[in-house]
Amino acid sequence: MKKQSAQDDVLFGQVSRFIRSLRQSHLLGIEPVKAAENELILRLPYSESIVGDPETRIIHGGAITTLMDTASGSVIICALPEFELCPTLDLRVDYMRPAEPDKPVFARARAYRVTRNIVFTRCEAYQDDCETTVAHCVATFMRIGADASPKAYRELITGVNE
Amino acid sequence: MSRRDTMHKALEQGDLSALVERIPYAKMIGLVCERFGDDLIFRLPPQESNVGNPILPAIHGGVIGGFMELSAALYLMRSQDTPKLPRIVDFSIDYLRAGLLRETYAECRLTRQGNRVANVMVTAWQKSRLEPIATARAHFLMA
Repeated sequence: MKKQSAQDDVLFGQVSRFIRSLRQSHLLGIEPVKAAENELILRLPYSESIVGDPETRIIHGGAITTLMDTASGSVIICALPEFELCPTLDLRVDYMRPAEPDKPVFARARAYRVTRNIVFTRCEAYQDDCETTVAHCVATFMRIGADASPKAYRELITGVNE
Repeated sequence: MSRRDTMHKALEQGDLSALVERIPYAKMIGLVCERFGDDLIFRLPPQESNVGNPILPAIHGGVIGGFMELSAALYLMRSQDTPKLPRIVDFSIDYLRAGLLRETYAECRLTRQGNRVANVMVTAWQKSRLEPIATARAHFLMA
């Protein structure tokens, strides 16, 4: 994996703070692994509390959806010049195979098109290596402008007061 | 009691709460299943830990998705009278309004039942059924 540049470290910090502000994502233990220009990898640790079927101990799709929604929404920080809170318009998840128990799930996201109003994202969830894809997700987000999110919140994410 | 027994009993009585009790993810987000005659309404009581956007505050989009996906699976088990959780193939959700931190409801409809695949539509709302916060559809592989 390529070493993170100083700019990547800034993005990594912003994404970390953003995810910490999303209570459910934070509760699931979702954390960034890598942030770069228009690229983000998040990690979801395995936990018994997100199991969907106690017999197989397989993680429920809902937790994968939360991971992918978080990754797709957060990669926007790595894709736009300044922080904007963008609500999800829609999201589609294709489940390729169940995630193996006791192992973390990773999600890699990128914004493949950014327009004045809309951000289009793609995201893959995988385990072990990028070859074993667990799920694939496409989503669209609406840009409501940087001014639509309160200044204090923007500063919390961009860390201007640090 | 094994899950199969729990499920059979739950199906017989038309009450899925015993089953919901056994699904850790359902308990984590706080999903409740209510029965009105033959109809099932799924309910998600407001819970701080389900918040995503802290400004509004609003329920995390992923939680709304997970709630609707799980509702669809439970609904399908009931309508198919099967004790096995169906396997999800894909899930697509449109977010129509912000899901504020208040009581959220979901109802499902079986759009198409094939031999191997079922298509389920889900609608979620809060204050008024006429103002859905999200609609979703899912494909499941039948066990």
